[in-house]
Amino acid sequence: MAKGIRDKVAILGMGCAKFGERWDKDEDQLMLEAYEEAMADAGIEASQIDAAWLGAAFDAQNIGPSGIPLAVALRLPDIGVTKVENYCASGTESFRGAVYAVASGACDIALAMGAEKLKDTGYGGLPVRTRGTTHDMVGITGSAPGNFAQLASAYRGVHGVGKDDLKRAMAHVSVKSHANGAKNPKAHLQKAVTMDQVLGAPMIAEPLGLFDCCGVSDGAACAIVTTPEIARALGKTDIVTVKALQLATSNGWEMQAQGWNGSYFHTTRVAATKAYDEAGITDPRSQLSLIEVHDCFSVTELVTMEDLHISKEGQGWRDVLDGFYDADGAIPCQIDGGLKCFGHPIGASGLRMIYENYLQILGRAGERQRQDNPVFALSHNLGGMPNQNVSSIAIIGKADA
Amino acid sequence: MSEFGILSFGAYVPITRLQRSTIHATNSWFAGGLRGLAKGEKAVANWDEDSVTMALEAARDALDGIDRATVQRVAIASTTLPFADRQNAGIVKEALNLPDAVGAIDVAGSQRAATSALLVALGGNETTLVTAAEIATPKPASEREMTSGDAAAAVLVGTGAPIATLVASHSVTMDFVDHFREAGEAHDYDWEARWVRDEGFARIMNPAIAALLKKAGVEGAAIDHFLVPVAVKGVPEMLAKKAGIGEGAVADTLGASLGHAGAAHALVMLSAALEKAKAGEFILLASFGQGCDLLLFEVTAAIGSVKPRLGLSGWLARRIESTNYAKYLFHRGLLQLDRGARAEHDSKTALTALWRNRKAVLGLVGGRCTKTGTVQFPKSEVSVNANDHAVGTQEDYPLAEVPAKVMTWTADALTYSPDPPSYYGNIDFVGGGRMMAEFTDFAGEALDVGADLRMMFRIKAYDENRGFRRYFWKAAPAF
Repeated sequence: MAKGIRDKVAILGMGCAKFGERWDKDEDQLMLEAYEEAMADAGIEASQIDAAWLGAAFDAQNIGPSGIPLAVALRLPDIGVTKVENYCASGTESFRGAVYAVASGACDIALAMGAEKLKDTGYGGLPVRTRGTTHDMVGITGSAPGNFAQLASAYRGVHGVGKDDLKRAMAHVSVKSHANGAKNPKAHLQKAVTMDQVLGAPMIAEPLGLFDCCGVSDGAACAIVTTPEIARALGKTDIVTVKALQLATSNGWEMQAQGWNGSYFHTTRVAATKAYDEAGITDPRSQLSLIEVHDCFSVTELVTMEDLHISKEGQGWRDVLDGFYDADGAIPCQIDGGLKCFGHPIGASGLRMIYENYLQILGRAGERQRQDNPVFALSHNLGGMPNQNVSSIAIIGKADA
Repeated sequence: MSEFGILSFGAYVPITRLQRSTIHATNSWFAGGLRGLAKGEKAVANWDEDSVTMALEAARDALDGIDRATVQRVAIASTTLPFADRQNAGIVKEALNLPDAVGAIDVAGSQRAATSALLVALGGNETTLVTAAEIATPKPASEREMTSGDAAAAVLVGTGAPIATLVASHSVTMDFVDHFREAGEAHDYDWEARWVRDEGFARIMNPAIAALLKKAGVEGAAIDHFLVPVAVKGVPEMLAKKAGIGEGAVADTLGASLGHAGAAHALVMLSAALEKAKAGEFILLASFGQGCDLLLFEVTAAIGSVKPRLGLSGWLARRIESTNYAKYLFHRGLLQLDRGARAEHDSKTALTALWRNRKAVLGLVGGRCTKTGTVQFPKSEVSVNANDHAVGTQEDYPLAEVPAKVMTWTADALTYSPDPPSYYGNIDFVGGGRMMAEFTDFAGEALDVGADLRMMFRIKAYDENRGFRRYFWKAAPAF
């Protein structure tokens, strides 16, 4: 019986490029930006990296397919580089590859890079793309906001929440993330917004307005992982280890059978339960220090609070309005601004979340730093649509926790 | 006793009714002479409809309660068939999920295509589904734009207990070119209306009608329903008078409520007449186009035993009034709008995949696990049932006629749609089965979770690069 990933792998270094509309940079330059920070943090040479993983979702944009773009951008020493794609969860997927490689003993040090260049399409929002020849004949391409907006109609129906109440809770999610993003020099959007601005914004996909949607950005984020023993041998004293790393992938049940009610993420619930078990967390509401979730849309963040078993089912919107997830709340959510304001360069997002959690645990988050000595930090990285998706959860924490 | 004749009938009218006053309000500065026609409304097909989708809806209307396995041949008549080389009737066949062992024929080329197709069917001995549909693209500010409308109709002909039988028929063929449209062209070219009326309708149809009545041994005065699918005012009355047909027998040409549906109009009017006909009545259907087809029917005692699902009257009542002339022009390709970069998405269809999945795509056939009863769309080797992923147990389970309900929905203003916002969401079929579907024919009112739906066959996407259109099923408000 597998014992899970808990404490088998340590983060040696992390880096994150400035997210945003990086009109003047190609993706290889953004990857290098994240890599140089991570390497300086890790204090190693390129020759010490045994293998690398690259997560990117839209390879038609800027970098192209395969692991080659990463190997070329960083001039890696002819090591194995694997490209992974798992929708918007591609960043955590690349982290998973590197962590598993170290945990298996096959590698001493491995690198995970998440990267995306979204601002080369000529239009706002995510690129339109095919989901396969057969799907395109019977499925809906739609837009990301259109797909996620449907959570709201189902959530309201299932829990009897009024349209205005839910809209206000969703708006609070965005106002909170903008306030957090304003304190983050690497964030794409660094301006605070008011409730009135959010509530009065143009409709993108009913009931999601402009401020209910995250930024679409260019960016890259990088992690270098090794074993706790090697980390110590390299002189690290504050060791941050991986406590849990879980991935749940829809098998079509939500979309095709009639058991799911449309108001939550089945996969996130499955992954969360397994992740807490793997990390030895019995009461996430009291044990988690902070969380970074996949807030592609305000309503996604809101229902995820319940799917992570922190808020009670049907009550997440109340916790949100009570400020439970604000920067000064019990469990800050998106203290770095989240996808909403840090931005969402697809493949980079999962690693960007881990980056913030890592900084917070080490007390290196500057103006955003939580003062309650964070122990366990969770990141949740989701790809796909509510009715068919990939949900990943990574929990990191102090090695001795 | 088994007889051969019309077994059932149906029609289809698109939901949008464009107000002619709106058209004139835009065009009067240029074509002020059309003011006299700027009354009433015309049915206009949605951007996702064509002659095939409309014919299919008329066929469903006609086949309500009828065993589809009895159909031996499918015909579609139209001068606006979407495909010049790909059997259009074959698409109708797939959408009806008929067995493969049926014949099919496309009939085109004239305003009397539908009556000619019907005559061929009536002259044979097979159970034939004759459909007809038309979607016109008249030039803006033309008389045709005012008089035309989009509609479809269907008639099932065969052996059984017919509601009407053919008493006699008469056809003449003469290359009288009152108007024409060369292959590949969008618009018709018309010759002077007075010449068409005097030398065409009168000189060609009057003697032909006399010949038919003589052949049948029926007096003009005995005709109860005189159907003349001609948009020109006064022509049906003129023909009736000459033939001794009573003024009261002249049928409404539906100009005020629908417009003239081209080659389909003869069957649309026949469908309307059969809705109100009584046993023993005579129906004379006279269609014109490079000659004419005349069909004399006698209504049998079986009339009333078979009813279309909605019938023309039901479709006419299912309406959304529109005063958006610009939207109509855009949907008809007559107005170029900036569609944005999202419209550049390539909708190339893999014909190999379409062939493999034709039942799912064109017929909305899902799967039902014979072990657990789980219904799903699309069908798959391994069942979606979380408690029993049975392998290879699924049988075909057609979902097109199964009612559904809204489970989730959105109105998406970001994704490209010719009719924004794009409404879509997850829907649940009554009795099992779920899919994410586009919603169509909504009047812009808010959709509600739990709202009742009926599936309709529509165009999913146009592949403008290759001249192809992709069909699939969408969900409409239940009717």
